[in-house]
Amino acid sequence: MGLFDRHAGLLEAYRDVRTTGADPFQIRMERVLSPTEAIINGRKMLLVGTNNYFGLTFDPSCMEAAIEAIRAEGTGTTGSRIANGSYSEHILLEEEIAEFYGKKHCMVFTTGYQANLGVISTLVGQGDHLLIDADSHASIYDACKMTQAEVVRFRHNDPSSLESRLRRLGDKPGNRLVILEGIYSMLGDSAPLREFVDVCKKYGAYVLVDEAHSLGALGETGRGLCESTGVLDDCHFIVGTFSKTLGAIGGYCVSNDPDFDVLRVTVRSYMFTASLPPSIVASVRQALRVVKARPELRKQLWDNVATLYDGLAAQGFKLGPEHGPVVGVHLPDRMLAIGFWRAMLDAGIYVNVAVPPATPNGVSLLRCSVCAAHTPEQLQHMIEVMTGIGRQLGVISGPPKLRVVAGNR
Amino acid sequence: MPDPGTGEPLLRTAHQLIVENDDIASTLELPRLASRVDVIREICRHLAPYQAGERPIVGATVIAKDLTIDSLAIMDMVMELEDSFDVSIPMNVVAEIHTVDQLADTILDLRSKR
Repeated sequence: MGLFDRHAGLLEAYRDVRTTGADPFQIRMERVLSPTEAIINGRKMLLVGTNNYFGLTFDPSCMEAAIEAIRAEGTGTTGSRIANGSYSEHILLEEEIAEFYGKKHCMVFTTGYQANLGVISTLVGQGDHLLIDADSHASIYDACKMTQAEVVRFRHNDPSSLESRLRRLGDKPGNRLVILEGIYSMLGDSAPLREFVDVCKKYGAYVLVDEAHSLGALGETGRGLCESTGVLDDCHFIVGTFSKTLGAIGGYCVSNDPDFDVLRVTVRSYMFTASLPPSIVASVRQALRVVKARPELRKQLWDNVATLYDGLAAQGFKLGPEHGPVVGVHLPDRMLAIGFWRAMLDAGIYVNVAVPPATPNGVSLLRCSVCAAHTPEQLQHMIEVMTGIGRQLGVISGPPKLRVVAGNR
Repeated sequence: MPDPGTGEPLLRTAHQLIVENDDIASTLELPRLASRVDVIREICRHLAPYQAGERPIVGATVIAKDLTIDSLAIMDMVMELEDSFDVSIPMNVVAEIHTVDQLADTILDLRSKR
């Protein structure tokens, strides 16, 4: 058996995808023009699938900070924090994030994936119990593979399903750690966090919330679902990423646990990879300042979410259960989703296509992510285009037909 | 699909239903103990949509290989079985289960340890 034979099924599915003439997993952005536009296949495209929620990738102050940092400290750190030391800016960034959340400790990682992978797999070990939402991100599932703890899934966004699993553990020894996400990345829905926290308190379980898609978007000051649901103090660990609202790359974890810093010498995804380069650290620090100073970006984002979500819903599209910076459009099957995606690309609009096994419950989706920098006109145009394609493909029904009666008078 | 144990058509009758109620379940004795036949029947009910061709689903059926079910759907089925039988099956244990028989034995074993 050849090395790649085990992937034969996947390869076949991938061939199917590419028969549309475009490969959604290998899109080439020839030039990115702004948070909302790029040149793809020689044409200017509207971007509605970049997780760039505040549009800060082109914020002049963040760009300047990054450029200045490169001039001052060079292009990279060429090593890990423990082996090669931290730059002052790494430590300042950690202090600023900890302060933002009102927590005592913060660790910064090179990606959000590595933050989840390392923290979750290290917090629990042999004899402990890890309870995860069924729709958790791949980084959480991968952490499950790396830990010796017993892992049990509960139904997506269902506190009673979590409760029955905590109850069944009874008086078994071992810590309980529950993993939740602020906003789920495929359908844009939020966890009923307060209800989850109540269950966790009742059973003495620790709570870790991944705010990857909710940082900036939710909460009075943008701290995420923990803030908007008033449970910041009850969440023992908050994980997040710099790669979405903050417009760069990297991950973090904050906590009040007095022994938190021991993770710096136990979490392998922190210890054995190069630290973030100065330019990224500088732009992230500036982006965090922008998030604090410009709450109007959050309002713009949610206004845009309402425009897109309500506009598509009014045309009969089946969407995720609630408004969110991610708008997932349900399509009946994989091939239709890919065909729809391709038609959107031909019409000059870039969105993401999400098909099994990357999606919950085997659903096929067009995944759109909204940006504060989208103009209402851009989003209205997108709704019109999607409505047209949706009717052509029979996904939604057309407008009421005029009855034309010919002859026979 | 016939019952792999008795050859009779699969039917769910009221006395086989287990009602999950988080507040009081721990204080209630289930009306009757689940027998091995009950457990296999319930597993087969979940697997029926994934039957490949005419080959019946039996105790020796290798779930991931003989059926058209993918790994995510297996995990979702396990989550439902967990609630039907009021047990939790850790993911690393699920990874070691290959056949319908093994899944049934795991559920019965976990139930006996409650």
